[in-house]
Formats: sequence, C-alpha cells, structure tokens
Amino acid sequence: MTWVLDNLPRIGELTLAHLALSLPAVIIAFVLSIPLAWGANRVRVLREPVLTGTGLLYAVPSLPLFILLPALIGTSVRDPLNVVIALSIFGLALMVRSAAEALDAVTDDVRTSATAIGFSGVGRFFTVELPLAGPALLAGVRVVCVSSISLVSVSAVLGVSSLGSLFTDGFARNIIGSIVAGILMTVVLALICDLLLVLAGRMLMPWQQPSRRRRPLPARAREVSA
Amino acid sequence: MTNILEALDWLLTAEAWAGPGGLWARSLEHLGYTLLALGISAVIALPLGLAIGHTRKGRGLAIVATGAARALPTLGLLTLVALFTGIGLTAPMVALVILAAPSVLAGAYAGVESVNQATVDAARAQGMSGWQILTRVEIPLGLPLILSGLRLAALQIIATATLAAYVGAGGLGRQLFLGLQTYDYSVMLGASLVVILLAILVDAAFGVTQRLLRQVPGLAGPQRVSGPRRDPRNRRANGRPEASSPEAPHQNRANVTAH
Repeated sequence: MTWVLDNLPRIGELTLAHLALSLPAVIIAFVLSIPLAWGANRVRVLREPVLTGTGLLYAVPSLPLFILLPALIGTSVRDPLNVVIALSIFGLALMVRSAAEALDAVTDDVRTSATAIGFSGVGRFFTVELPLAGPALLAGVRVVCVSSISLVSVSAVLGVSSLGSLFTDGFARNIIGSIVAGILMTVVLALICDLLLVLAGRMLMPWQQPSRRRRPLPARAREVSA
Repeated sequence: MTNILEALDWLLTAEAWAGPGGLWARSLEHLGYTLLALGISAVIALPLGLAIGHTRKGRGLAIVATGAARALPTLGLLTLVALFTGIGLTAPMVALVILAAPSVLAGAYAGVESVNQATVDAARAQGMSGWQILTRVEIPLGLPLILSGLRLAALQIIATATLAAYVGAGGLGRQLFLGLQTYDYSVMLGASLVVILLAILVDAAFGVTQRLLRQVPGLAGPQRVSGPRRDPRNRRANGRPEASSPEAPHQNRANVTAH
C-alpha cells in the first residue's frame, strides 16, 4: 500500500500511456470494421473469406504478433505505434464479424421499405441500417474495448510503457503492491471505458433505453386513447 | 522483409530444432502446457457450466466470471501468482486455468441454454430424468457451443503459455525471450512464427473436429433437423457453425459486461 502511495504519479503516467495505446486501437478497429463488414455483406462471395480470415487473425497470439509486425511494416519492436497497430488488428478480428452480423440482421423488409420511401443507398446505410445495427455494434465495441485494455499490458515485456510495466517492474523487484496496483488499475480502466461506451450508446440510441417504456404516456397520447 | 527471411533461415537450420532446448522440444512442451491447462480448466468449468445451463441457476456467476476474465490482464495475473509460488510451472498453470476456465464455463452454459426449450420439454414429456435430459439432449445439442468454449480457451492458453517463460517456465516463449534478451531479432521472430503456426494449427484442429462432429446424426444442434441443408437462406440464418460459433462466447461476454 505504501508503495502505491509513493508511486502515485508513476501509476498515473502509466495509466495515460496505457490509454494512449488502447483507445486509438479501439477506434481504428471500429472505424475500419464497418466498411469491411459492409463490403463482406454486400459481396456475398467475399463474406466467408473475410470473416474466416479475420477470425484466423484472432487466433494469432498477442506477443508473437507484437514481434512479427515490425518485420512486416518496418516499425520497431519497442515502438508504441507497433502496439497500436497490433491491437487494432486484434480489435478488427473481433469487430468485423460482430459488425457483419449486426448489419446483416437488419431485415430485407426494412431495407426495401427504406428504398421505397426514397432513401438512396448511402443515405439508407447511414440513417437506417447503421442505427438499427447500433446496439449489436455497441456490444462488439465493448468487447473490443475491454479486451484491448487488458491486452496492452503484454507489450510491457518488450519494453513499451503501459500499466503492464507495473507487472514487469513488480516481478523483477519483487513488489506485490506494484502488480496488484497494475491489475486493479487495468480492471478499473476497462470498467470505466465500458461504462462510458454504455452511456454513449444511451445518448446515441435513446430508443434503446429500457426505462422509456415505463414512462407515462404524454398527455396528448392519453387524450387520444381516451 | 529481410528480417523474415533471416528468421526463416534460422528456422531451417537443424540446430534450431534439435536438442532439449530446441524448437521441437519447446513446441511439445508448449502443447503439453496447453493440454494440461485445458484439461484442468475443463474439469473445473465444464460441470459447473453444464449445471448452470441445466438448472438456469447461478447465471450471475457465469456472467461475472466471463466479464472479469476478459478484463484481467494476463501478464499481471501471471507475475502476481509467480511472486507467491516462485519460478516454475505452478504460476503459469494457475494463471492459465484462471484465464481459460471462464471461456469453458461460458461455452458450456451457453451451449446448454441454446437448446430449444420445446425440445427439452418434449424430452421431459417422454419421461426422461433431469440427468438423461442433460446427457442425451442438452449436451449433444449444445455441443457446438461447448466446443467453441474449449476452442477459445485453447487459443487463450496457447497465447498466454508464451508468457510462461517470462516467469521461468518452458515452452516456446523460452526462445522468444532468449531472442529478446540477446537482441537477436531473427530468433525472436522465428519463435514467434512457430507459436503463431501452433495456434493456427490447434484452432484448425478444433474447426475440423467441430465439422466432423456435425456429420454425426443427432449431434450438433437443430440445424441438422430444420430444412434442407443446401438452402442458402437457411445457411445464412444459422450461420456456418464452425465459423460463427467461436463468437458465441464473445457475444455471451458482450451481454455480460452490460450488467
């Protein structure tokens, strides 16, 4: 405990470094997964190869990928960018399938209705299909976010600073407090980010709110029903 | 790209593979760790998951366990246990089981729960006991998801077993960390490629098993019974189970964190 109090600034610093590695990866994975999933759904022949391919990426263990990437894209093993790219790949591996299934779950009836009332292809996608797929997409992003935040720490064995450094330092110097603080901070960080995503989902998709149904009907609606 | 060629060069030398510390021995060790940890996880988590799915009691436990396992940093768990147990195999095993068991649990629970309630009711109406329903109806029909849980657990274990060498155990991580400490990138990369290959092979082995099991009549879910198999709409609705089922535990988890 005293170790934690003595090292609060360092823990704060590492937390920020941790976020700087994981959050961009989550965002990149989300943004890239939508067009990929859309394309995979659109061109049916590509659907299975894309989904199986990204699924296979997920089978690649994290540490070896951190080491393999520099050989493929010319970053250095200790480069934070390398970690961000590797995490984005993992995020994509999870996210593309969620996104493809989420977008695919929008029924043809809805699509044809939207077309019938005059939506163009692009407009229909952004105003009809994407919002309808929203809740399933959110579920996917939440999984990606939590797992990215916990995965980042592996990169500490390569010397990239994150909350994972608390594990490597703590192990090398036999400080249990350091490791426990690292685990707790990682879990807390994951929970906070998850909570923020849920709140963002509530704000962006107010129709999903469960409490909405329980609200009394607006006055005008009651008059009509009376 | 030259780095990859150098690593491949190293992988093609005989001395990289031979001997007690060679890649063959380390790969076998890695697989051994994986099987052991998967076995222990299955012994602990399968009965528990099946019981939760069958009785529909204790879902909260499954939900909390899977959510927590996803958020727990592997390396932290590994180093923490290692500080208590010392250098050796105990720490990685404890950490591996803690990480893998929730996936097995979630798969078992989701598998049993995925069985159509009408089928279970029909079995009960035929006079099957609770145990018979579990072993003859729920487990066979839930097998795809149960196996997906094991598959996911196996992948997590292979990945994490690489870190076992960090706390003094063996496995392919040995070569990887050796390369890291000596700044020998081709050794590091070569070992990484072997780990990746191993993971993909194990994943593929599970995929093939799942595919083969679906050929057995009465196993692997209602999609065998419903409608002609070649109907593309039907296939789309069910998804290709060997491809989509690994996601099931994730989806389970996705709902999980919602609470």
